[in-house]
Amino acid sequence: MILNMGPQHPSTHGVLRVILEIDGETIVRIMPDIGYLHTGIEKTCEAKFYQQVVPLTDRIDYLCPLTNNLCYALAVEKLLGLEIPPKAQWLRVMMNELTRINSHLVWLGTHALDIGAMTVFLYCFREREDILRLFEAISGQRMMTSYFRIGGVALEPPLDFFDRVRDFADRFPSKVDEYENLLTGNPIWGMRTKGVARISAEDAIALGASGPTLRGSGVDFDLRRDMPYSGYENFKFRVPVSQDGDVFARYLCRVQELRESIAIVQQALAGMPEGPIKADAPKVVLPDREKMKTQMEALIFHFKIITEGFAVPAGEVYQAVESPRGEMGYYVVSDGTAKPYRVHMRSACLANLQLLPKMCEGKLIADVVAAIGSIDIVLGEIDR
Amino acid sequence: MLTPAITDLEQLKEHPAVARLRSWNPAAVEAAKFDRDELSIYVGRSSLREACALLRDDVTCPFNFLSDVTCVDWHPQEPRFEVVYQLLSISRKERVRLKVRLSGDNPAVESVTSVWPAANFFEREVFDLFGIRFTGHPYLRRIQMPENWEGYPLRKDYPVEGYR
Repeated sequence: MILNMGPQHPSTHGVLRVILEIDGETIVRIMPDIGYLHTGIEKTCEAKFYQQVVPLTDRIDYLCPLTNNLCYALAVEKLLGLEIPPKAQWLRVMMNELTRINSHLVWLGTHALDIGAMTVFLYCFREREDILRLFEAISGQRMMTSYFRIGGVALEPPLDFFDRVRDFADRFPSKVDEYENLLTGNPIWGMRTKGVARISAEDAIALGASGPTLRGSGVDFDLRRDMPYSGYENFKFRVPVSQDGDVFARYLCRVQELRESIAIVQQALAGMPEGPIKADAPKVVLPDREKMKTQMEALIFHFKIITEGFAVPAGEVYQAVESPRGEMGYYVVSDGTAKPYRVHMRSACLANLQLLPKMCEGKLIADVVAAIGSIDIVLGEIDR
Repeated sequence: MLTPAITDLEQLKEHPAVARLRSWNPAAVEAAKFDRDELSIYVGRSSLREACALLRDDVTCPFNFLSDVTCVDWHPQEPRFEVVYQLLSISRKERVRLKVRLSGDNPAVESVTSVWPAANFFEREVFDLFGIRFTGHPYLRRIQMPENWEGYPLRKDYPVEGYR
């Protein structure tokens, strides 16, 4: 029988359609069908200036918007050859890790909710509310902050911001203990996740999986540590790796990553340097508002950047970062004008979704729900 | 600060990926470019799949991870399309980019799904949005657009506003 796990379904985490060919409760074939959220972002980027693309990037992987910003900003800064000041880099790392915690909290809440553990959902969203308030304090927006701009970050953090982050970082590890208390040793959770949707390391690498999906199968690779960017080489953190390759292994990897991320945030708070938050490039970076209101040259630069954009030397760059889902990459091609010639987003979830047939064929329908949750897909990134 | 790009093949032939491909078939490597710390190798259309298999199985620097397959449309220049493969070697932590230039009428190239199964969805997307046929692909159908869509949206002669 062919059954449609249609685009409207509470467990598919977005508009994912999965076509199941089943024999009783066992799955014979499984085929994901995507494209229900396709909005043509890559085409739209070709019609905008480089700085106008930044808010578009927020909306691609909407659970970790700052990571998208970071990847795009790093790619364009590589094309321009800009040097980013250390304070901007450390702010970027700190906000990126808060975004990673944000994304993993949504993953944990919804994954547990699909499998039936409803309390975890409310606990996770309680912490997520604190982080969203921090984002609102620093940028004015809860989710699509566009806080990282080309050349640095958009605004100086408010005066009490670091105290609030420190307060959150002190409270958070005990909350992760609460989540683990509910799930890790729980026999029902174990029966639903151990041994389910197993995938080997060779299959995962061949199918292009990355991030916790790959590390859950034993491959020790993390772009932050192995190919560092934006100052990550100054931070000490462990990369959790699990050997079993099943849903439980990926769950453990992500929960440990919550702990490692909050440790990185605390290191960033302790060592935050002083200095400017934007690069010294008057033709690319908008001037300070006070200067724009009093100095003629700053006003002219402001006007030129907003109305004509800035020309980027011709060339191409592929910049990859470690998003909460895996390797997120931006391939930006410039032809020397102020608008990008081609922007392509390498979506971590699109590659990870290819694992679904290998994980689920021959298994039960309930395992599909656990498998989709453990891959942690976001349809905005898959469909763009 | 930007250093100028190196486009001379003689200067780049020491790089392991370039050396491996040239030792197999010097005609396969049409050109190479090292720009902004990234290496791009222009590979001939007919030698693409074998070149990919060689790079994947290379002993010193195995490029076992296919990061991405995408395409750039240089309309109205000929050759019009450039199919771009981003490769990553997990053990050596190195990246390389392979590019294949295709002409505008009937662009087709061999699929690399037999080398890296990861290419499946990526090649479907390039077919869907650019119209490039990948011969030997197990299931070459549209992936993002609806099945009955006509036209290839990411081509440069397709308007940003679309037709509907």
